Amino acid sequence: MLRTLLSDDLPKSRVLSVLLLVVFVGLAVAPFAFPGAQAINTAARICVFIVLVASYDLLLGYTGIVSFAHTMFYGIGAYGVGLSLFALGGGWGAIGLGLLVALVVGVALAFAIGLFSLRVRAIFYAMITLAVASAFAILASQLSEITGGEDGRSFRVPEILRPGFRLFAEPVLGLDISGRVVTYYLVFLAALALFLMMLRVVNSPFGRVLQAIRENDFRAEALGYRTVYYRTAANCLAAAVAVLAGCLNALWLRYTGPAVTLSLEIMLDILLMVVIGGMGTLYGAVIGATLFILAQNYLQKLMGAASAATKGIPLLPQLLHPDRWLLWLGVLFVLSVYFFPTGIVGRLRRKA
Amino acid sequence: MTSAADDTGLPRVKLDYLPALLVPGLMIVAAPLIGSGSTWATLTVAGLAMGMMIFIIASGLTLVFGLMDVLNFGHGAFISIGAYLALIVVVPLAPWFAADSLPLNLAGLLLAILVAMAGSGALGYAFERVLIMPVYGQHLKQILITMGGLIVAEQMIHVVWGAQQVAMPLPTAFRGAITFGDIAVEKYRLIAVCIGLVVFGAMFLVLNRTKIGLLIRAGVENGEMVEALGYRIRRLFVGVFVAGSALAGLGGVMWAFYRETLTANIGGEVMIMVFIVIIIGGLGSVGGCFLGALLVALTANYTAFLAPKVALGSNILLMVLVLMWRPMGLYPVAKR
Repeated sequence: MLRTLLSDDLPKSRVLSVLLLVVFVGLAVAPFAFPGAQAINTAARICVFIVLVASYDLLLGYTGIVSFAHTMFYGIGAYGVGLSLFALGGGWGAIGLGLLVALVVGVALAFAIGLFSLRVRAIFYAMITLAVASAFAILASQLSEITGGEDGRSFRVPEILRPGFRLFAEPVLGLDISGRVVTYYLVFLAALALFLMMLRVVNSPFGRVLQAIRENDFRAEALGYRTVYYRTAANCLAAAVAVLAGCLNALWLRYTGPAVTLSLEIMLDILLMVVIGGMGTLYGAVIGATLFILAQNYLQKLMGAASAATKGIPLLPQLLHPDRWLLWLGVLFVLSVYFFPTGIVGRLRRKA
Repeated sequence: MTSAADDTGLPRVKLDYLPALLVPGLMIVAAPLIGSGSTWATLTVAGLAMGMMIFIIASGLTLVFGLMDVLNFGHGAFISIGAYLALIVVVPLAPWFAADSLPLNLAGLLLAILVAMAGSGALGYAFERVLIMPVYGQHLKQILITMGGLIVAEQMIHVVWGAQQVAMPLPTAFRGAITFGDIAVEKYRLIAVCIGLVVFGAMFLVLNRTKIGLLIRAGVENGEMVEALGYRIRRLFVGVFVAGSALAGLGGVMWAFYRETLTANIGGEVMIMVFIVIIIGGLGSVGGCFLGALLVALTANYTAFLAPKVALGSNILLMVLVLMWRPMGLYPVAKR
């Protein structure tokens, strides 16, 4: 049963299994175990980012494509649902319509970019996606009549997902089952389903071909696989999953705007999560996203304390300033590219 | 210019002049669309000035890529660092910059440029030795490593200079515009054009008239052959990398004065345009990079005037059009 669910791709390391189990259980019971708005926000963010990072790993880790347009697809999903809910009011029909339009637009765009530039080398593709994604971000903030510009759009969600809604009259296990909790579980289950689906994809024959292309595209081509088709298919699939992750994010935040979806910082975050967690294994996405977001939320507090403690020593307080957390993750990123290119998960698996 | 063999025996290389015609072509096409002649002239000069600045930044990147197949996503960091290093001169010598005297202002600007170039060149050396050398030939890792370097460098700028915006006022004598009839040309843009032309000229001379330039051009075309002839291409590459970083620093100073404010992500903002420029130019070609920079800047300026909403999209469109005409860029490099 578990084997089938995980598509025969078991963690293969005791420590990793425990870690994954902790993440899974932690996310599954988050609303009950960790009360408070920040905790549930963090948990929802982790769910969304696990899906997003896993879909990016499909490109970077499994196929060996470096794309900087992943946040664009994420943004298309968020804007699709967000603008549709904004324009048509908070109904399920609006969500469905937005989702459909976003999927079509996202996949078509991924297909076009793929056909246009995947024939050439990795570096070319990286640059072209960077340019297209930044143009898209500018476009989204310029067309302010439609998208709300830099301010973005807040919108209403269906009744059952609103904070004021109560699913049961009585609290369950000491927690009011509000619309937020319902939304959280919607996000959590959707993320779980998408993750298992991607696990299925990478362990299918299709996934094997992608890995063959990553290792040696010339040889894959010689074996009779049209690498352009496979690369484009992987690109479209990753884009579709990123669109869905964007939808989940929009539903959770009840807001969509360039800063939370399209900015280059988020792209860099995704890159850091994939590499630190471990490229070429979807479990890396789980570990990477969880660690990174926890660090983002809680490391800053720790650094604030450290910064205060080292007052008086030159430069050190600035280095430990809470806003400089990205510096340390950047250093960790560079070190992990050199010394453990397979990331945390690769490390753990090798030890086992 | 056809391939008539001359006395020395080697056939002359056919001169490919079509891409060079694109720039005047674009200017001519834009003129009737804009209508007013003076507006057109102002936009054109502004576009040329911006193109020169982009060229200064992009030229190093394109050579580094051509020579060693290294695409440095961290190039933007040198732009920012160059601009911030200029502050070392600009802040203590503020009276020089505030004084309304051209020689004093120019001296200050030159000093700032020298400091910025030396500093970002030195940092470029460290960057190459520490970050890029271990990953020669591994594209994926290069992209990741240089991205990581960019993140760390940007954060270090925050650590050293603080996260807030810094004002970088234009020297007094460079303010305002010179008017010819009803054509207004900002003085600073003229200076940018001059500096850009000097850099282009110097680069052209070095590449075409010196032995090092010959080796660099040969290395871009076929690095293995140059190595087989006994030249150390890696040493050459380090030199080019340092020079490219220094030029990025120079571009950063120019760009910061142009915008008059300074933030740590100033480099990141320009980098998108720089990437488009070197793709259009043909990844590795300095001439293509020069034309690409002018084309991109002129298109950006014209569309910003004609249809401001799509200004950045216009660069992508330009890139698509150029690549449809010449899939490997304006002046493709032979080995690719």
